[in-house]
Amino acid sequence: MKSFYLILLLSIHSVGQAGVESREFNHPEQEKNYYELIDELRCLVCQNQTIADSNADLAKDLRRQVYEMLQQGKSPQDIIDYMLARYGDFVLYKPPLKSKTILLWAGPAIFLLLGLLLLFIYIRKKKSESSVELDQQQHKKIRQLLEQDEDS
Amino acid sequence: MLKYLTPLFLFIILAGFLLIGLKLNPKDIPSPLIGRPVPNFSLPLLHFPEKKMASANLKGRVWLLNVWASWCVSCRAEHPLLNQLAKQDVVTIIGLNYKDEPEDAKRWLKMLGNPYNASVMDQDGRMGIDFGVYGVPETFIIDKHGIIRHKHTGPVTADDISDSLLPMVRELQQETI
Repeated sequence: MKSFYLILLLSIHSVGQAGVESREFNHPEQEKNYYELIDELRCLVCQNQTIADSNADLAKDLRRQVYEMLQQGKSPQDIIDYMLARYGDFVLYKPPLKSKTILLWAGPAIFLLLGLLLLFIYIRKKKSESSVELDQQQHKKIRQLLEQDEDS
Repeated sequence: MLKYLTPLFLFIILAGFLLIGLKLNPKDIPSPLIGRPVPNFSLPLLHFPEKKMASANLKGRVWLLNVWASWCVSCRAEHPLLNQLAKQDVVTIIGLNYKDEPEDAKRWLKMLGNPYNASVMDQDGRMGIDFGVYGVPETFIIDKHGIIRHKHTGPVTADDISDSLLPMVRELQQETI
């Protein structure tokens, strides 16, 4: 059991961050902003990682840029605008909602609704199939058959 | 009948999406810089580090900015094409030597030929960030007004040059200032 916890702990640690440069921050809020920003910006070289996770050269440069801009007193929104102006919406893991990205945002909901709809239709179909109305004669026959079975 | 055809239709739709996906290049991210003024820079020249070149120096002419580095393998692939283009002498080609060692860069040009009218050095990658560089080599076309008109990510091919870069350059050169 002990080793299980150890493995669990180690695996949790491994999803931590590659952005390991030791930075000095002026105040805790700046530090919080820094880690939030590098966790939200996408590395454009290794496209499925944030710049916090990536060890690519570009990710290092972008982390440095974020840090320097925070040191200069820029707000997180300033920094996001700066990145957007250079790399486009792609640099954000949370792209803004606009006509081009509407499918991205609405997609999951559309698929969920579609799935629910199909499920609903399927269940209704099943129900109508199983509830076949029997007339009295048929009821009688069934009872007879069941009784026969018990007798034998 | 419909019952048997439904899976076939679903498969055709899925195959259609996959086919489109095959042809998309995930590295091709639309640049928000198209149609915007070229970012200001003032950087030392690779061959004359005591001299600097600024974006303002290039106003009034159509020029290509080619991002390259001696460590970049795909740059090697497109380099002969750039050499050919330079020989035609139709457009100014500026090299952005990106995150490179000057000595390595100079040796590289000596070995493979130098198609650049000049190369500027961006050793810490700051100009690269301003240009939204993420996949070297990259090639930008900048017009006479200093507006970025086109960006090509990755190595250019002979077809890219003859079918898109050169026609665009010629068109932009017709523009009056």
